Amino acid sequence: MTGQVWKFGDNIDTDVIIPARRLTTSDPAQLARYCMEDADEAFAGLVNRGDILLAGENFGCGSSREHAPIAIRAAGISCVIAKSFARIFYRNAFNIGLPTIECADVDKIASGDHIKVDFANGELLHIETGAIYKASRIPPFMQELIDDGGLIAHIAKGLRKEAGGPTRP
Amino acid sequence: MPMTITEKILAAHAGLDRVEPGQIIMADVDVALGNDITTPIAIDEFERSGAGRLHDPERLFLVMDHFVPTKDIQSAMQVKKVRDFARKHDLPHYYEPGTAGIEHVFLPEQGFVGPGDLVIGADSHTVTYGALGAFSSGVGSTDLAGIMITGRIWLKVPETMRFVFHGTPRPWVGGKDLVLRAIGDVGVDGARYRAMEFAGGAVDSLSMDDRFTMANMAIEAGGKCGVFHVDEKTRAYVNGRCKRPWRVFASDPDAHYCAVREYDCAAIEPQVAFPHLPGNTRPVSLAGHVRIDQAVIGSCTNGRIGDLRAAAAVLEGRRVAPYVRLIVIPGSQQVYLQALAEGLLETFVRAGGVVSPPTCGPCPGGFMGIMADGEKTISTTNRNFIGRMGHTGSEIYLANPAVAAASAVAGRIVGPDAL
Repeated sequence: MTGQVWKFGDNIDTDVIIPARRLTTSDPAQLARYCMEDADEAFAGLVNRGDILLAGENFGCGSSREHAPIAIRAAGISCVIAKSFARIFYRNAFNIGLPTIECADVDKIASGDHIKVDFANGELLHIETGAIYKASRIPPFMQELIDDGGLIAHIAKGLRKEAGGPTRP
Repeated sequence: MPMTITEKILAAHAGLDRVEPGQIIMADVDVALGNDITTPIAIDEFERSGAGRLHDPERLFLVMDHFVPTKDIQSAMQVKKVRDFARKHDLPHYYEPGTAGIEHVFLPEQGFVGPGDLVIGADSHTVTYGALGAFSSGVGSTDLAGIMITGRIWLKVPETMRFVFHGTPRPWVGGKDLVLRAIGDVGVDGARYRAMEFAGGAVDSLSMDDRFTMANMAIEAGGKCGVFHVDEKTRAYVNGRCKRPWRVFASDPDAHYCAVREYDCAAIEPQVAFPHLPGNTRPVSLAGHVRIDQAVIGSCTNGRIGDLRAAAAVLEGRRVAPYVRLIVIPGSQQVYLQALAEGLLETFVRAGGVVSPPTCGPCPGGFMGIMADGEKTISTTNRNFIGRMGHTGSEIYLANPAVAAASAVAGRIVGPDAL
């Protein structure tokens, strides 16, 4: 997967990702229109499907609103790469199927650059420089959730198993 | 193998003798909660799962508090969706204005949470219940849906950081100031993925209201939970109030902490968090000349009766400065009634303030005190992020209720002693 980078700083909080004043709906398309608006008003209008959001430390700190990863995904972002993530955002992103990876080298990547993400090997290829950066791999337990199609699909599979039926719909 | 209070509560709820940091467990949830913003998505996910019925309706608490009394058509539609779900499933714990208040003020005051409980809420300030010696943490809507279906949740056992406050808090210093001092010290991600255990003689001297304030803000340092040990004050609070049997857990004396931070309360004066991070703290005496347009007293952080008493003690016989708005928001119906009975609400109104019904209101930028470009609010709430309470050009300064009240009178940020 290759995408163009949109870069933000440290401690990007959920109010910046999607302000609470926009939380009178949970419709992904509506949320996408206001994604990152308090940091960069142009972002939602210019972002292309498959682009990558890059940030520093503690991305997604603050509120538990699942609207934050929903807005990012609905805006077209294919993956969020940060030095570190706040824990609730990290859980929420996994639960809704927005890939997140940690990488210590984000300072070497600029807005507008292109990154190819190798999830299986935990590597980022920086297209402009040819450099390869080490990134985190998805923990086995969370990979199981992703393989099942997210938390609710994972639970539904368990329910079907308990009922003695097939584990795939 | 010694364990911390957090590890012991998690082990007990996972049916294990012991757990260690980093371990992934499946834990039974005693209390699950959602609000009017997070529950609608949880309902969608619940419906999508095909589960059909809730694992245990008695353990699900849906408290409408963020945009209530509903502020516009969209927020009314969200509450209606939750209300319809509550009716359909005959939920015993669905609450609207008039019956409850802000979720994290309401649940403990009604005795729905007790020591040793495992509480998971689709709201980041669910960490509040750690004040009772419980494990409590915030998650998103899909995780709430998972609990609605299974009664359980997967959790990674966190490492624990211990914060020890020595000595006696100075006048006008409360739980808000101690926790702001700690956040200012370790930073807004200083306790990321970790449990924050609060201890020391100064913490022992704090009221339960002050302990709720501290646990509530653990998330502002990135904490997974904030926890206190049960003492006589906790027992006095939960006795006769807690609706279920409760259980006391305590850290072993030789439990492992990944870090220990120690503070001397003789050196801690009231704190103010400057824009735009809760960790951007200074002593109020070093605030400089910051003119304010508004003061907000309330929220799940500082909307309890002790908070209103502290604010009223400052405002009694005084007037809010010209061109400054004072908004006081009791955290629950019970707090509102108590403040009414004690004459506190009259003090606020006579001082030139307005009293709002219980709501999260302006704290997350909903309504009831939204700022214009260039305005500044001193607020007893928990976050001062860019644009959180209005225009992106507005500013939020976080402080305790007495400092917010004193600042409303002075028209600029000051401590009560400066009046």
